[in-house]
Amino acid sequence: MNELEQFREETREWIETSCPESLRSSTGQRSGTTMGGRRFPVFAEPAEDSHLWLSRAVERGYCAPTWPREYGGAGLERAQAAVLREEMLRLGAPPPVVSMGLLMFGPTLLEFGTEEQKQQHLPPIARGEISWCQGYSEPGAGSDLASLQTRCEDRGDHYSITGQKIWTSGADVADWMFCLVRSDPGAPKHEGISLILIDMNQPGVRVSPIKLISGSSPFCQTFFEEVRAEKNALVGPLHGGWTVAKRLLQYERQGISSSGFMGPTRGTDAPPELAKRYCGTSDGKVADPIIRDRLARMEMDQHCFNSTVRRTADEARAGNDVGTASSIFKYKASEDAKKRGELMVAILGTQGLGWEGDGYEPFEIDQTRTWLRSKGNSIEGGTSEVQLNIIAKRVLGLPD
Amino acid sequence: MPLVHSEEQTLLREIARDFISEKSPTGELRRLRDEPDPIGFSKSLWKEMAELGWAGIPFAEEFGGADLGHTELGVVLQECGRTLTASPLLSTIALGGTAIDLGASEALRKEVLTGVCSGQRILAVAHQEQTRHAPYATETRATKTPSGYTIAGSKTFVLDGHVADQLLVVARTSGSSRDRNGLSLFLVDAETPGITRTRTLQVDGRNAARIEFRDVEVDGQRLLGEIDRGAEILDPVLDRATAGLCAEMLGGIEAAFEHTLNYLKVREQFGTVIGSFQALKHRAAELHVEIELSRSIVIEVQQAIDSGDEAVPELVSTAKARLSETAFLMGNEGVQMLGGIGMTDEEDIGLYLKRFRVQQFTFGDASFHRDRYANLRGY
Repeated sequence: MNELEQFREETREWIETSCPESLRSSTGQRSGTTMGGRRFPVFAEPAEDSHLWLSRAVERGYCAPTWPREYGGAGLERAQAAVLREEMLRLGAPPPVVSMGLLMFGPTLLEFGTEEQKQQHLPPIARGEISWCQGYSEPGAGSDLASLQTRCEDRGDHYSITGQKIWTSGADVADWMFCLVRSDPGAPKHEGISLILIDMNQPGVRVSPIKLISGSSPFCQTFFEEVRAEKNALVGPLHGGWTVAKRLLQYERQGISSSGFMGPTRGTDAPPELAKRYCGTSDGKVADPIIRDRLARMEMDQHCFNSTVRRTADEARAGNDVGTASSIFKYKASEDAKKRGELMVAILGTQGLGWEGDGYEPFEIDQTRTWLRSKGNSIEGGTSEVQLNIIAKRVLGLPD
Repeated sequence: MPLVHSEEQTLLREIARDFISEKSPTGELRRLRDEPDPIGFSKSLWKEMAELGWAGIPFAEEFGGADLGHTELGVVLQECGRTLTASPLLSTIALGGTAIDLGASEALRKEVLTGVCSGQRILAVAHQEQTRHAPYATETRATKTPSGYTIAGSKTFVLDGHVADQLLVVARTSGSSRDRNGLSLFLVDAETPGITRTRTLQVDGRNAARIEFRDVEVDGQRLLGEIDRGAEILDPVLDRATAGLCAEMLGGIEAAFEHTLNYLKVREQFGTVIGSFQALKHRAAELHVEIELSRSIVIEVQQAIDSGDEAVPELVSTAKARLSETAFLMGNEGVQMLGGIGMTDEEDIGLYLKRFRVQQFTFGDASFHRDRYANLRGY
């Protein structure tokens, strides 16, 4: 047995003994996600088990498997981290904590942060203690992100921030925000932007949740009125935040594509089994031949997607250029997630049309809400159209 | 196993690309089509390919083979696919030779594969009888006689069937049509009395044959594997050939995409290159994404075959469905993006469109493989 296979065996055993049964499911879908945090901690139900699972993972640094140990990670190789992910998926164990700190901000800070910033911010993220939100979009700056207007003024011993952010996921529960601000209003639009870290627990910060078509309010509007940030809170150079911001977006795209997508699932909640239950069977097959065809297409697409993620990692290790792979993943994962949502409600039939109350299982309501929520996948984190623009320009070399 | 080619496989690709682009550009297919060549591929090119060792890639050294795998065969097929090179690689190596290798006795393997590896013997597998791929829908019968069997029936779409020296015939020895059980495989000399072969010219300039078997006598020694259990050989053979075809499709798709992309960068309308229009950029980018997915599944399925992975049937169906969809999209988008010029015979994109159409249908189209996949997955 080679080292990686040995690691797989140990990891599997650790998950079996460490992840409480109540959190595990065959589809990897859960009713809630643990986001951690200090001010308004978010833990999936049953919360006690979520706490336990988180604390066991923190002991090993497994919330941030590839981060160095000194910052709370486990210092794993990418191949080992992939094994950890695969085994968790296989055993239906949810990630102990899902956060923007882990997926987006942490990796960016590892790359661009000062030693002091890393020491201050990374370990609490890896322990799920501090939750972060992303201050990027503004009412007037969506796909054209660089036209953002939130002001950042130098007040000598600190910076003062005034403006408005929108679609700030989890801003109502976050402890900190990494925020794009206009630090030089006179410069060309890409050259006057800085990335600054803002403590959300202070006067002048106002957060108002936005209700979505799915009925939930994962996004907020955030208003800043003379909000304070320290002089050491800039990530990257003053006015040089756009490069850092783009790098962070790459991590975001990777995060969305890796978290939003499951491999072919087995067990009673797997889509084929649901199709048998809701559509009936004929000779042991899903009775509706078109649903059956769409299921096979979906499972195959997921397989090819997962293989492409694997191949890209392998090619990166082999030294081949995979620069814009994240745009491909973001585009494909979100388009496929929408198709999956459509297929799930199609499978449920009239049971996929419920909103709340009697007559529908919680699971069915959940599918319907997931279908609605999935429409945002191809909008958030850069629309599908923006991803296609990036691929056309950077990979295919098509001119503006 | 990492989903990347090894150094040796990369070197093989480079050699293959140089050789194919020099000896067999797309103009070669036009020549074969327009003459028209009575065989449908160049025998001298095949001789050179055999000298490079390509005819023996997956076969043992004792037969003159290279003792490599289907991954290497796929690398060469992918390069051949780029220029639409016609050769017996599919019929004789991926299909026929593989059937002999998997199913024949030691003596028969030696006899047949030695000729295959040297490039002298052409094989064809006669399995299809209907208008679409249905591996067990076999009405052709083999009836026991004192010395062997008598085969009667007719086959269609037999790749390289008109020039093959020997045919591997799938015949029913028991059961009824569409039963997996009751099929048997026989090796039959193509010149045996009672066999009538008619060459069919296909839309892609390649060819296949219809073959009639009128009470064709075959020796009992020429049975592959066990009687009634031919599907146990046929299934893995079709899986391997389908994976090889997928690699060939990928090569064609890549070349057609590069060609189309190049056109988008040079063709000017409205005072600028048309590749600057977002409507076309997005469609090109979508194609790129589909091609990336295709690349992953092609290398994955070949490696799975070589490592004896039990998921091979599911992977083969995933690959064939994916490559068929991508080829369909590439052919149609290619012609559309090239505009009027794309409709002309002179432009290569039409050759790709036609070859893609045949490839999509060979060994089962996307919906066939989605159905098969669903069966394999138990729904």
